[in-house]
Amino acid sequence: MYFSRETLKQSAESRKKWEEEVSNALSQWQDQKERWSTVSDLEIQRIYGPEELQNMDFARDIGCPGEYPFLRGNQITGYRGRYWTFRMFAGMGTARDTNRRWKLLLKQGQTGLSTAFDFPTLMGYDTGNPRALGECGKCGVAIDTLEDFMQLVDGIPLDRITTSMTINPPATVLWAMYCAAADLNGVPLKKIGGTIQNDMLKEFIAQKTFMCPPEPSVKLISDTIEFGTQYVPKWNTISISGYHIREAGSTAVQELAFTLRDGIEYVEDVVRRKGLDVDAFAPRLSFFFNSHIDFFEEICKMRAARRMWAKIMRERFKAKDPRSWWMRFHTQTAGCSLTAQQPYNNVVRTAIEALAAVLGGTQSLHTNSLDEVWCLPTEHAVEIALRTQQVIAEETGVASTIDPLGGSYFVESLTNEMEAQAWEYIEKIDAMGGMIAAIEKGFPQMEIADAAYRFQQQLESGEKVMVGVNRYVTDEGDEIPTLDIDDNIEKEQVERLNGIKRKRDDKAVKRHLNELRRACKKGDNVMPHCIEAVKSLATLQEICDVYREVYGEYTDPAIY
Amino acid sequence: MTERRIRIMVAKPGLDGHDRGARILSRCFRDAGFEVIYTGCHQTPEQIASAAIQEDVDLVGLSCLSGAHRYLFPRVVELLRERGGDDITVIGGGIIPDQDLQMLHDAGIKAVFTPGASLDSIVQWVRENVSVK
Repeated sequence: MYFSRETLKQSAESRKKWEEEVSNALSQWQDQKERWSTVSDLEIQRIYGPEELQNMDFARDIGCPGEYPFLRGNQITGYRGRYWTFRMFAGMGTARDTNRRWKLLLKQGQTGLSTAFDFPTLMGYDTGNPRALGECGKCGVAIDTLEDFMQLVDGIPLDRITTSMTINPPATVLWAMYCAAADLNGVPLKKIGGTIQNDMLKEFIAQKTFMCPPEPSVKLISDTIEFGTQYVPKWNTISISGYHIREAGSTAVQELAFTLRDGIEYVEDVVRRKGLDVDAFAPRLSFFFNSHIDFFEEICKMRAARRMWAKIMRERFKAKDPRSWWMRFHTQTAGCSLTAQQPYNNVVRTAIEALAAVLGGTQSLHTNSLDEVWCLPTEHAVEIALRTQQVIAEETGVASTIDPLGGSYFVESLTNEMEAQAWEYIEKIDAMGGMIAAIEKGFPQMEIADAAYRFQQQLESGEKVMVGVNRYVTDEGDEIPTLDIDDNIEKEQVERLNGIKRKRDDKAVKRHLNELRRACKKGDNVMPHCIEAVKSLATLQEICDVYREVYGEYTDPAIY
Repeated sequence: MTERRIRIMVAKPGLDGHDRGARILSRCFRDAGFEVIYTGCHQTPEQIASAAIQEDVDLVGLSCLSGAHRYLFPRVVELLRERGGDDITVIGGGIIPDQDLQMLHDAGIKAVFTPGASLDSIVQWVRENVSVK
């Protein structure tokens, strides 16, 4: 029991009296609305007290930071020893443009790099492919060959700076380029650190950049996990991502549940397919969450996520190493919470969301720039966003003590409630036969579509408020400077690619692609062949075409 | 014989996977009593134009958030014209900066709905500007 009988008795008495007074007060002063709920529609009570927590068990449910179930954080000293990693998502235009932005961010105090790729790269097409026309460099950097990649990491100390790469279907190829770049720069693979997102299940559920069907997509992920475990021990070979699930319109509970269930699916696949001991690879699994605008809901989601993953790893997978029980995660503030109207308000939203992520105990953070609802961030906007994190870390004092909201009646109750609701989803998906089966049924996709539509209707009816969108609306828009990617870079990138194709040894390319094809057909690990192929200057698409040929292509089932 | 309802194709051209708006709009059009076909993500302009003609739709609603609308939207209109679908109204939505609006208008995109456009206002526009062919 979390509270003594005496405390609970006193609380019950005073609460009864208070409730009578509330009902008197309500006859005079009505509540502004009948139902109070979080941004993702979890109902919120007027107050929370010891009664809500009477079944809590301190050792089982809470504990101290750095100890099971890690509700209060993985690190025993919290942010005192080290702040979270300041890792801004950056990538635009050419590799050279992006390299320049990276260096600017490092100079401004960023502590880790993060790469945004353009859509052709994300989908495994070369620049200039008819399917990719108009997209070059628009949403991120265009990478076709190892030469582009070498330019991207030019002057970056690969043994000291960790780099996150938001890449999914062609994750093996981009990671192979990173490994090859390290090799060419004389940095041993065991010294490089970073993250590839490499989470395909959430692509089928939410983000929709896919290439091959779910089953072989998960096989490729298991290949990277196996390869990383053997040769690149400091690399996070997956970042199991709820961020995009939330951006697609899920509730916070759905984000929590589907992300963790995806994680379960990956662990099962590696254990079954590769025969690896769970403790050999679990410590390198990492996660990625969204920090939306409902302050407490987000804090509780992150606390619940850590506790749930610890239970999953220890109880479901019988992991023995405490590092396997840790859920390590990056957070990004919610892109979908930003508004095109009155864009300066986005600075405020991002600051609150970043604060929630810090109070939720994130280990790495990206803060969105105020203009990201319109374009990739300008230098000025991204600097404000980075400074937002620095102000939170260095000025506000929230990093002085670990999990400062722990023990709050409301925070602990909401954490418990979100966890309970997430377990219900996980059990439902277990009963369907796992996440791939659930995706094939369209279950998570439909749950998210329902939630997104419900929220949109709540906005239209005014039940939910977005400032500047459906309340406090002004006629005059604030003009903000935006970043435009020149359409002409497409032509230049195609010329560059053609130049590389002319000078490379085509026979070597063909040989390595054939070896990769053979590995795919036999079910062998593709990574060593991928590294050789990129070194021979095989293009991203040439490698991905091998996957498409052997594994087949996935097309959007167009669920709405 | 009952009157045919307005047929709408909601389409995602290009490689952009941000389909939240397209899916919400598909439901909204359906709830407003229109017939709706949603293409799903990653459609080429060619696929969209042929499907729109084949399905004999009255309106194509294009959604793009990747910044590739400057190429993709006009290309769909061009292909519709080439293939005899010039009586199909084309509208667009997504992350479209103000400075691109004139260019899209000149290319034959009848209306562009940017962030913050209410579902009601889009349905209203369709009722006022599109009729069954």
